[in-house]
Amino acid sequence: MSATLLLAQVLNGLQYGVMLFLLAAGLTLVFGIMSFVNLAHGSLYMLGAYAAAVVGVQTGSFTLSVLAAVATGAAVGMALEWVAVSRLYRRDHLDHVLATFGLVLFFNEVVRMIWGSQPVFVSLPESLSGTVDIFGFTYPTYRFLIIAVGLLVAVGSQWLIHKTRVGMLIRAGSVNPQMVSALGVNIRLLNAMLFALGSALAALAGAMAGPILSVQSGMGEPVLITTLVVIVIGGIGSVHGALYAGIIVSLVDTLGRTFLPMLIREFASREVANAAGPALASMLIYLLMAVILALRPQGLFPAHKA
Amino acid sequence: MKTLLKPAQLIPMLLLLVLAVIPPIAAGMDDNFWVAFFARVLVYGIAASALNIALGLGGLVSLGHALFLGIGMYSVSLPSYYGVTSGWLHLAMCVVACAVVGGITGLISLRTSGIAFIMITLAFAQMGYFVIVSLKQYGGDDGMSITGASSFVGLQLNTPVAVYYAAWVLLAALTYWVYRLRTSPFGMTLRAGRQNARRVMSVGLALRSYQLAAYVLSAVLCGMAGMLLANLNAYASPSSMSWTVSGELIVMVVLGGMGSVFGPVLGALTFLGVEEILKAFTEHWMAVFGLAILGVAMAGKTGLAGLLEKIQPDTTGATNALSKESAK
Repeated sequence: MSATLLLAQVLNGLQYGVMLFLLAAGLTLVFGIMSFVNLAHGSLYMLGAYAAAVVGVQTGSFTLSVLAAVATGAAVGMALEWVAVSRLYRRDHLDHVLATFGLVLFFNEVVRMIWGSQPVFVSLPESLSGTVDIFGFTYPTYRFLIIAVGLLVAVGSQWLIHKTRVGMLIRAGSVNPQMVSALGVNIRLLNAMLFALGSALAALAGAMAGPILSVQSGMGEPVLITTLVVIVIGGIGSVHGALYAGIIVSLVDTLGRTFLPMLIREFASREVANAAGPALASMLIYLLMAVILALRPQGLFPAHKA
Repeated sequence: MKTLLKPAQLIPMLLLLVLAVIPPIAAGMDDNFWVAFFARVLVYGIAASALNIALGLGGLVSLGHALFLGIGMYSVSLPSYYGVTSGWLHLAMCVVACAVVGGITGLISLRTSGIAFIMITLAFAQMGYFVIVSLKQYGGDDGMSITGASSFVGLQLNTPVAVYYAAWVLLAALTYWVYRLRTSPFGMTLRAGRQNARRVMSVGLALRSYQLAAYVLSAVLCGMAGMLLANLNAYASPSSMSWTVSGELIVMVVLGGMGSVFGPVLGALTFLGVEEILKAFTEHWMAVFGLAILGVAMAGKTGLAGLLEKIQPDTTGATNALSKESAK
């Protein structure tokens, strides 16, 4: 295995990791602060990807398409919170699972109704479709952009949560919502804003993923489940945990898929390696989750120190 | 025999009787659709009743039971691929595999509770799904067809009618067993733990062990439903163990009535029935169905079994506890 292959895979992992972070950041706050199980988060990712695809074709501008996705995510998130989610906060987790499961089926089918079941392909503007050359090592420009956007959001969310008044209220609301509300803060509005922000980030992830993946109905669910693994590993409610865990999970996954089959080939026959390699590689992140849970059920980077 | 007259018990018995005579009637009408449809209802009824032991009695919100359905399916298709069609061997493989996988995942998942438990069961099921998908020599994504059905002594599960009656017998036995289980010390401990885990543990009961036992039992029974499903379809595919199937099983249990004896079967019947009706009207039935599920969740009532109870409220403690439990 060469150094360039390793470097490329590490960068791929990093790019996948920040995507997972974009999804996990909003979801972990909704889990941790509102104690709400949201399976429909992947639907917002899908809606973001479609919004970006549609606006991108209409206007030809990449920036506009990303902005449209973020706006769509925020608007749909706000509407969902207002219509359904806010009425379910006080209920059982089982009701959350049911309600958002229904929403997932609904959104997947609506998308299929409008755009059909064939994947939509999104092309990149010329300025982004090239590669960057660093000391003889080339890597696509667009993937660097994704990494940059992800890290920017990470810094922004840290600043929002730890340095602003809104962030202070969010942290206070996660500990004792009744007290915050008694102090005259409109906690319902705060929750709605938070839910909309999380949805907007999911839609942003969808818009960024559009050009490198195929945009289709049901695209949100596989990535949602990986996001859940990230949240469990990072610690529920922990935004910095979501960033670190996102990068850990994606590096394990990307490097595992590339190097595990090679590794097995060293010890066993080609046939065994070809069969067992991919199966083992697809299990890796779940095994990682199981080991971490067995040792630290609260996750690696819990939001509140116990 | 005053107890037999209560709607909550009468209706399950009537329904089971009606289900028993469907294959001859359908054969008389020369219509294969109904046998296949009601066979699916019976199989999903078994799976939902199995999930109900963990979810309804134990309060363990497992979003990963499709995993066990899948293990059951592949414990028919894999031996059959190598020419082994002994039903006993399929059954043994299914029970052992479900018990081992259920035991290990249960031990890890039960270290957490609430949201984390839901996510972890989902993640484990997804792991099983990806393992099956990546095993290209066994069909991978496309699944594998089953040429040799499970054959027991004197019974071969190679026709829909044979699977139908096997499922009917299993469902009837399971229903009676759950009826006894609910009020047994084991069932009472589980149900008490669902309401207040801390109190149960402070009485000195090892609640986690009870919950683990319920989870494993539920996994094994769900696996058996998977075996029947594989024989019914003569096909095993990863799509029948995708996470949406786990969600559908939960919908069936909640729709029918959590923790009730026959509710999950009513839930399975309603779920599959509504699905067929909607399919007749529109190709995009899932959009309507999704909103209906959202509506059921928002209404948050006691399910169909709860409605049956309301027709004639009774005075025995056991069934009253159900309405209170489900109303929670």
